[in-house]
Amino acid sequence: MTPAPLFRIQDLHVRLRHRGGERTLVREVSLSVRSGQSVGLVGESGSGKSVSIKAAMRLLPRGTRAEGRIAFDGGDVLTLGRRELARYRSREVALIHQDPRAHINPTRTVGAFLTEGVVHTGQMNRAEATERACALMADVGITDAARRLHQYPHQLSGGLLQRVMIVAALLPSPRLIFADEPTTALDVTVQSDVMAILLEQIRERQVSMLFVTHDLDLAAAVTDRLAVMYAGSIVETGPSAEISARPLHPYTAGLLQCRPSTAEVKRLTAIPGRPVAAHEAGTGCSFAPRCPFAVERCRAERPHDRSIEGRTVACHRVEEIADRLEERAS
Amino acid sequence: MTIPAHRDLVLDVRGLRKTFHSRNGGPREALRGIGFSIERGSCLAVVGESGSGKTTAARIVAGLESATSGTVVVTDGRAGGKTRHGVQMVFQDPYGSLDPRQAVGAGLHELLKIHGMRRRADRRTRVSELLESVGLDDRHAGRYPASLSGGQRQRVAIARALALNPALLILDEAVSALDVSVQAQVLNLLADIRERTRISYLFVSHDLGVVRQVSDTCIVLRNGRLIESGPTADVLDAPRQGYTRALVDAVPRPGWRPRRRPA
Repeated sequence: MTPAPLFRIQDLHVRLRHRGGERTLVREVSLSVRSGQSVGLVGESGSGKSVSIKAAMRLLPRGTRAEGRIAFDGGDVLTLGRRELARYRSREVALIHQDPRAHINPTRTVGAFLTEGVVHTGQMNRAEATERACALMADVGITDAARRLHQYPHQLSGGLLQRVMIVAALLPSPRLIFADEPTTALDVTVQSDVMAILLEQIRERQVSMLFVTHDLDLAAAVTDRLAVMYAGSIVETGPSAEISARPLHPYTAGLLQCRPSTAEVKRLTAIPGRPVAAHEAGTGCSFAPRCPFAVERCRAERPHDRSIEGRTVACHRVEEIADRLEERAS
Repeated sequence: MTIPAHRDLVLDVRGLRKTFHSRNGGPREALRGIGFSIERGSCLAVVGESGSGKTTAARIVAGLESATSGTVVVTDGRAGGKTRHGVQMVFQDPYGSLDPRQAVGAGLHELLKIHGMRRRADRRTRVSELLESVGLDDRHAGRYPASLSGGQRQRVAIARALALNPALLILDEAVSALDVSVQAQVLNLLADIRERTRISYLFVSHDLGVVRQVSDTCIVLRNGRLIESGPTADVLDAPRQGYTRALVDAVPRPGWRPRRRPA
């Protein structure tokens, strides 16, 4: 038997109080990350991917309610008390945000930002923290680390600052890193660089990663497994390489087809309509209104997860249409 | 250099320089003498990373920014059975470029009226025609920007830009803020409009996949200098400059691995 995963979300629902009622943001999300594994959570805006990460860090805003089970190393994250929660956030997991500039205090130096957390939680004294920060900065390719520690965020470029954020995430030696679109704000060459550094570091240290992005090609390239989200639910889960080579859910197939390639020009097969949020989805499959394969049943009944070819796919017709999806994709 | 007489250029830019002066940072050269041209009916993409000067170049062509030196010549002409004048621009963020308190149809009416279309009936026909040309219909005329999706809003911005039959449409990262599934719709729309009307595009983008899809020719900018130019297929398939190759190689695709840049 395989050991229990390091991190597991089971049947997560997130609801937001809205004008006297409630709005569903995330519906029936289940996913797991094993020790040393990287998992990609892919979706368009409003699909609930960031909300899921926030729920996993217990960082949901007021008025939102998370139900279900989020387990880290066997313990239930949703019921952690103050002290355990502080410990969980400061030592077990780390979060890298999309916009580094919005998540660093502009009035304090890079060094103060990096060492504050680990010194405050008593993991290291200031001298140790500074020394380790310097070593990590060298690892992520920041030259002249000692000088950088005395600089302010505005003196660093976006790519450099995101590497500082990686150092901040790694410093307390967490076992799991949540990376929420960590390279979306960066130029492609910088993205490639920062992504390579992040992968190198987590592999060396055996750290697990949950990588959130809208870019399916990027996620497929840097993760072991993928979960594709649409309208607050996961529609397909499986090994990254297999999903990008042979998508089984019509939405995944559609996403892959509508991405323009740098190598050839052909008319893009766009997905009609627009992405919907979970609360806008009707009773049936939330993708049905945009799906070329939708039948009556899809519009009436919400599909349950089905296992096929070692993957989990939430589609009524997956067995019938699997081969046709491939034809369309080629 | 002489230009053969048969080349019908909608835009000819030469020796474009722009220096910004900040109060304490001293002068900063955003463009250091670049030149490019667009043949009528074709699409030129301006490619580059942030800070390369691509948006500055587009803004100068649109007349939103003045050049320090150099010339920009826009030639009106007939294309697709209509005489087309001047330039129009579509911006990245349709939230910021539409008036939140004006209904879509009313905005188009106002725009046409200011530009001399006096008869209400004429305007009404034209508004319908414009909305239809971007894949919307009269039902959308009464809507406000806040009630439209991002893709629909960008369609409205395109309709507004097309209203006056410009010779050149400048699109500054016009599809970058859209979700991929919607981005594909707008890219197809832009291709259809060009096929139907033979309008010319100046397309600014950092996304090489998008550039490949929409443009005939492209120029690559870096630190305000023109690094490489030519037919888009040639530039992207067989880049001559190391910088262009690095840009192409950094785009995620199946089988791609992120790579550290040599220090």
